[in-house]
Amino acid sequence: MGIKGLFGRGLFKAGSGAIATLALSAAMTARAFADDVKQTLGQPTDKAMGWQLAGSDLKEKTEWFYNDLLFPVITVICLFVLALLVWIVIRYNKKSNPVPAKFSHNTLIEIVWTVVPVLILVVIAIFSLGLLRDYNNMPKPDVVVKATGNQWFWTYDFPELGVTDVESRLREDAKDVKTAEKAGVPYLLEVDNPLIVPVNKVVHVQTTGADVIHSFTIPAFGFKIDAIPGRLNNTWFKAKKIGTYYGQCSELCGKDHAYMPIEIKVVSEADFDAYIIAQGGKTRAMLASEAAASAAAAEQAAAAAAQSAEASAPAAEASSSAATSASATPAGNGAAAAH
Amino acid sequence: MSSHAASHDHAVHAHEDHEHKPGFFARWVFTTNHKDIGTLYLIFAIFAGLIGGAFSGLIRWELAEPGLQVFMKGSMLDQMGLFNLSNPDHAKHAYNSVVTAHAVIMIFFMVMPATMGGFANWFVPIMIGSPDMAFPRLNNISFWLLVAAFVLLCISIFTPSGPGGEHGFAGGWTMYPPMSSHTGSPGPAMDLVILSFHLAGASSILGSINFITTIFNMRAPGMTLHRMPLFAWSVLVTAFLLLLSLPVLAGAITMLLTDRNFGTAFFDPTGGGDPVMFQHLFWFFGHPEVYILILPGFGIISHIVSTFSKKPVFGYLAMAYAMVAIGFVGFIVWAHHMYTVGLSFDLRAYFVLATMVIAVPTGVKVFSWIATMWGGSISFTVPMQWAIGFIFLFTVGGVTGVVLSNAAVDYSLQDTYYVVAHFHYVLSLGAVFSIFAGFYYWFEKMFGVKYNKWLGGAHFWIMFVGVNLIFFPQHFLGLQGMPRRYIDYPVGFSYWNMISSVGYAITAVGVVVFLIMCLEAAIVRRKGEANPWGEGATTLEWTLSSPPPYHQFSELPVIKEDDHH
Repeated sequence: MGIKGLFGRGLFKAGSGAIATLALSAAMTARAFADDVKQTLGQPTDKAMGWQLAGSDLKEKTEWFYNDLLFPVITVICLFVLALLVWIVIRYNKKSNPVPAKFSHNTLIEIVWTVVPVLILVVIAIFSLGLLRDYNNMPKPDVVVKATGNQWFWTYDFPELGVTDVESRLREDAKDVKTAEKAGVPYLLEVDNPLIVPVNKVVHVQTTGADVIHSFTIPAFGFKIDAIPGRLNNTWFKAKKIGTYYGQCSELCGKDHAYMPIEIKVVSEADFDAYIIAQGGKTRAMLASEAAASAAAAEQAAAAAAQSAEASAPAAEASSSAATSASATPAGNGAAAAH
Repeated sequence: MSSHAASHDHAVHAHEDHEHKPGFFARWVFTTNHKDIGTLYLIFAIFAGLIGGAFSGLIRWELAEPGLQVFMKGSMLDQMGLFNLSNPDHAKHAYNSVVTAHAVIMIFFMVMPATMGGFANWFVPIMIGSPDMAFPRLNNISFWLLVAAFVLLCISIFTPSGPGGEHGFAGGWTMYPPMSSHTGSPGPAMDLVILSFHLAGASSILGSINFITTIFNMRAPGMTLHRMPLFAWSVLVTAFLLLLSLPVLAGAITMLLTDRNFGTAFFDPTGGGDPVMFQHLFWFFGHPEVYILILPGFGIISHIVSTFSKKPVFGYLAMAYAMVAIGFVGFIVWAHHMYTVGLSFDLRAYFVLATMVIAVPTGVKVFSWIATMWGGSISFTVPMQWAIGFIFLFTVGGVTGVVLSNAAVDYSLQDTYYVVAHFHYVLSLGAVFSIFAGFYYWFEKMFGVKYNKWLGGAHFWIMFVGVNLIFFPQHFLGLQGMPRRYIDYPVGFSYWNMISSVGYAITAVGVVVFLIMCLEAAIVRRKGEANPWGEGATTLEWTLSSPPPYHQFSELPVIKEDDHH
């Protein structure tokens, strides 16, 4: 019976031509996306088709893995399937091939299309697990930051440096497209108190949630870590360039989920130290010298105790052991802070 | 097969006196007839799909440009009076509750009722040569439980949820506590959602028991499992997935219910509980769930591809066992939804590898469909166009799944629009395309009338362009870092969001064409044939009249070895 209406057939041919053209042009534009749009570091760029610019070595590796391995592989697979379908439409339509073949098995080809994907996946997995290990093996920290997600703002602490409860909220003038444009700040991204970290230093980020789950991320650094009540999660980044980097809360947390951005200002080490002092904290250098001073004081005390030991042996023993343990603790802290 | 057909026709005539159908109320409300229940499910799915689709329209309308335009006081939506948009807090909450309801409706009240409810009820008994389902009354209660579940969900949208009296649960279909516990949603809306899920789950579990029993016990003489059509195979695997995964969801949301109302602290860290535990339980259900949505579609596509190529399905056994493999592996990959919650390195590495494995049986299916068409004499009918569209779009959605399986890449893409694009390619363009393919394939069989081919073709092409325009640019938004479930976004995401919203408008036109197609066929009533598709259509439903007799196979068909699937 005549199933194929004239209209249906015409539509189909026009359509399959259209898909082929679309796919080819999509593949070509996708390959050229990096040159198409001039991107700004640290924030999304309109009309861009690829990743944000990378701000850390780890994100660069991630982008390499996607742009140079995953993306070509998946594009070739899609185009291969498309090409087969187009060929089928041209070669095996009712008119070109009035008598259908009857085969329904071919062991060789079935083995091929099982084994070849496995091999492709093995190659992907090797790179994937290597990259996962790079994320997972966190280098020793220069700075530790604790980020707490609240409905609907972030609080930052530098536990070791004595800076606590820096509340970071979306700035008033960034809440409206027009006022943001006038103030020259990115809409929905600029905050009142950004997180300040030093450039080229390993920063550990510990996250937790105060009420519901939030998620802390900076696309340019390629990390994302959930801030979950009752848990302390850990990740790290090392910013390569001074600048301002934006991210947005990435776990649905209520009505103002879209209004609690993350802004990280990457500054020089001197500027970072100045910021910490201004916040009433102590810089790592200060902590190290304090630790050294207290260690020296403890040593002096130990020496004095040793001298007085001649007078009373049992008392000296007790005080000397107390001095040793007192000197061990701050020295240990100093070592950790000096890394 | 023609000998069977003759015997049925004979049987039909012989039993015509017993064929009288009950009155309208008794027939459609108390029905135990698998075909009538299938039709009820399909009507239900179309109805729910229109609501869920309208909700996605509100989302795309709001996201067309930066700033708030729709979910705010004084907007067109506010004037419609459906949602409480009286102050900004209520409006933003309403947006989140619409996002939540869109997902729940599309998953539980559109795709599942259409595939496991509609097509499976209609065609599994016929395909295996059975007069009806094993438990016809259970079948009836499955349907009405789903209606009750849908009513509860709809009520929840208009029930207080937030502390300020905001309406509707707004924590996403994944219902993560503490957003879904007393902390995030103190009002009764979430309790209604939980009860709705309980009923929908019970409905699906009863339906699954029915399908498993039917397929294992009611196959016609000679219909061995290895001769059974692939759609019946897909429903069998799906029924097992439902049966094994839904009780876990039921347990998890019951624990959530007692956390909310009876002072337990399963998911509350202040009482020694753990919110991440809920995520493990949820995704132990949730991941099989996504295969539940797509597997019946795989079965439908196999039939269509084989019918219109006039060739038997290539690699029948591999196709059947690929679905079994996908179903099995689907149970052990759940934490790839949770790479950012702080799992250990070993766990993440395991879930990366296990997730990648799924690509292999999925690839087998795609290539086997292509091999089925290879060498065929193909008629590009409306259902075949949908099927070919499905194969390509499902491939696109599948390969982005491989991208997301890499935990290290997922740190950048988790909870961004890249994920949204991925799962809409496999569901909105995969599962939904397979549903439309099945609808056009069986339309004449189910309703006994022919549809207008031109309208069917126009529906396909408009929809194809529309959904690709919606979802392809969302990959770019995801790579740039746009988080999902956002009511508003930085200016840097404007362009592709606008394109995506234009795509929605085109898709909406496609849906209108679909409704016109249904209406036109119902009005013109061109009489359908028993087998409009010719020699390629070899399964048992084509041996019956269109529509099939109210009770078929009073005399069971006998399946011989050379009858192919």
